[in-house]
Amino acid sequence: MNPVILVSDVVTRFGDNLVHDGISLKVQKGEIYGLLGGSGSGKSTLLREMILLQRPQAGEISVLGHDLMSLGRKEAAWLQRQWGVLFQAGALYSSLTVAENIGIKLKEYAHLPNNILGEIVRMKIHMVGLPDYAAELYPAQLSGGMIKRASLARALAMDPGLLFLDEPTSGLDPIGAEAFDKLILELREMLDLTVVMVTHDLDSIWTIVDRLAVLGDRKVIAEGNLEEVMRQPHPIIEQFFHGERGRIRSQHGK
Amino acid sequence: MKTLDHQADVRFLQDEEGELLVVSSGSWRVAALKMVVPILERQTRNIRNQSLRWDVSRISSIDSAGIVLFKHYLDQLQAQGCKVEVVGASPAQQKLYRMVASSILTPPETRRSPRSRLLQPFNRLGELAMAFLRDINAFLCFVGENLVVLILLLLQPWKFRYRAIVRNIQDAGVGALPIVTLTSFLIGVVIAYQGAVQLQKFGANIFVVDMIAISVTRELAPLITAIVVAGRTGSSYTAQIGVMKITQEIDAMRIMGFEPHRFLVLPRVIAVMIALPLMIFFADVIGILGGMLVASLHLNISFTEFIHRLQNVLEMKHVWIGIAKGPFFAWLIAMSGCFRGFQVSRNTESIGRYTTISVVNAIFLVIACDALFSVLLTELGI
Repeated sequence: MNPVILVSDVVTRFGDNLVHDGISLKVQKGEIYGLLGGSGSGKSTLLREMILLQRPQAGEISVLGHDLMSLGRKEAAWLQRQWGVLFQAGALYSSLTVAENIGIKLKEYAHLPNNILGEIVRMKIHMVGLPDYAAELYPAQLSGGMIKRASLARALAMDPGLLFLDEPTSGLDPIGAEAFDKLILELREMLDLTVVMVTHDLDSIWTIVDRLAVLGDRKVIAEGNLEEVMRQPHPIIEQFFHGERGRIRSQHGK
Repeated sequence: MKTLDHQADVRFLQDEEGELLVVSSGSWRVAALKMVVPILERQTRNIRNQSLRWDVSRISSIDSAGIVLFKHYLDQLQAQGCKVEVVGASPAQQKLYRMVASSILTPPETRRSPRSRLLQPFNRLGELAMAFLRDINAFLCFVGENLVVLILLLLQPWKFRYRAIVRNIQDAGVGALPIVTLTSFLIGVVIAYQGAVQLQKFGANIFVVDMIAISVTRELAPLITAIVVAGRTGSSYTAQIGVMKITQEIDAMRIMGFEPHRFLVLPRVIAVMIALPLMIFFADVIGILGGMLVASLHLNISFTEFIHRLQNVLEMKHVWIGIAKGPFFAWLIAMSGCFRGFQVSRNTESIGRYTTISVVNAIFLVIACDALFSVLLTELGI
């Protein structure tokens, strides 16, 4: 089976600062793939490169069989409709209500009558576990957890097959984070999603991530499922999984 | 795969026994649904009290939007008294249907009564009036708070933020000199030109000096300078304070005991109140200079003649009145700029809105204040 995302030998440089030095990884269809690493290890940058917000200096990234380095305008437009992105701070349009935020892409691309559109939007709102009244609220009136859910609903508006999440549980309380993890699992089940998420939430890594890659020293230190990754003797992995918090977490298991 | 698969279709057929058969096929994904909506909308409207079969076995793929659409028309048919039998759904489709259907709520119809439509303009008017009153109230509270802080500071004058005041004078005053020079020079030129044309008819060329001197010093220089400052400084105050509000810097200041009025508002207000009169005097000089230039080029009044006449006709009171308006205008501009800044709420759009409002308010208030001065001073005979 062809991988959904294939990254090979990617090099990224900001001025003199080398961020990625030959990164390669594969995301298979239907899995929840975690991108891990400390601050500044370039995981968000890698995510931005996968969703066409940034271009690496060298290497190859292909998403759904399309090479991102040599993409035509039409292909890019098509590709952008195949994925949804949840930004770290939500990035909801502050001048639109939640319902308008979710509906804006549908309105632009699906050309459906307003009543059907409204029904789809309401269904998405309910699907991500937001209360009905949230539809008419503006982003400024939402709590942190609601913002995450609303932007997840927006990311899912076009029923994409591919979902990118940038630190989905950061800034949520443990209960909210757990509920959000559960939601992502449910949605994957329901909508056949492939999920790529940047995270350093140990709980998420233990409970929902199928496979992961750990970034450090400008390279991929380890890739695979959790056991495989934990067996790697690299110091960064030692610190991450066998540090105080990691040890406590691993005692609880799934 | 990209385009071929992106076709959705639905057909309404009559089979041998007269039973109605609905056959849907293709990709019922969100991008393709627009093809079937008109057909469904047209056909389902007229089917009442019949039994029909809906064959979904030829749908190659369906997403949650497709399910919503399907359920919408299924519900509509059932509401019209039809008996619908859905056949050929794959297990995956059934599963998706169950999951999505549990997320679809019956729409809470919120129809307004027709009466409220007629009353809507009045409602709107009432809301606007109330919003206006609330605005005035909020502004008065703001002014009051500001005065209290000012009085407390006057008792402890070493607590003034002198450094901030000086920096604000630099920004609002010195930084605005080029644009003030340009505008007041042009105003002088325009007045001289317009006056020259009229006065030449009567051979009263020399009176152009009276006209320029009095109109520029008493009215035009203060007004033009104030408008420039409102557009330049008032707007930036709103934006600065608004951004600080959004990033919670104002909250951070409050919890550290840094009174925003002491740190942000008063330095700005005082700075503009000091800078504006000075700028008005500067604009007086430049405006008269502009007029002098035109007078010498166009009306053959030499510089010496002009200055001699100027000394005779320009009473000092005109200059003083013009400059005295400065602090009042400055107070209005800086206060409305800061006040609107504090009104910015948490979304980014409101910065733009309040910046616009603050400039419009400031310019209006300046002109209204100027009108008040005119009436008052005329009544007093000054």
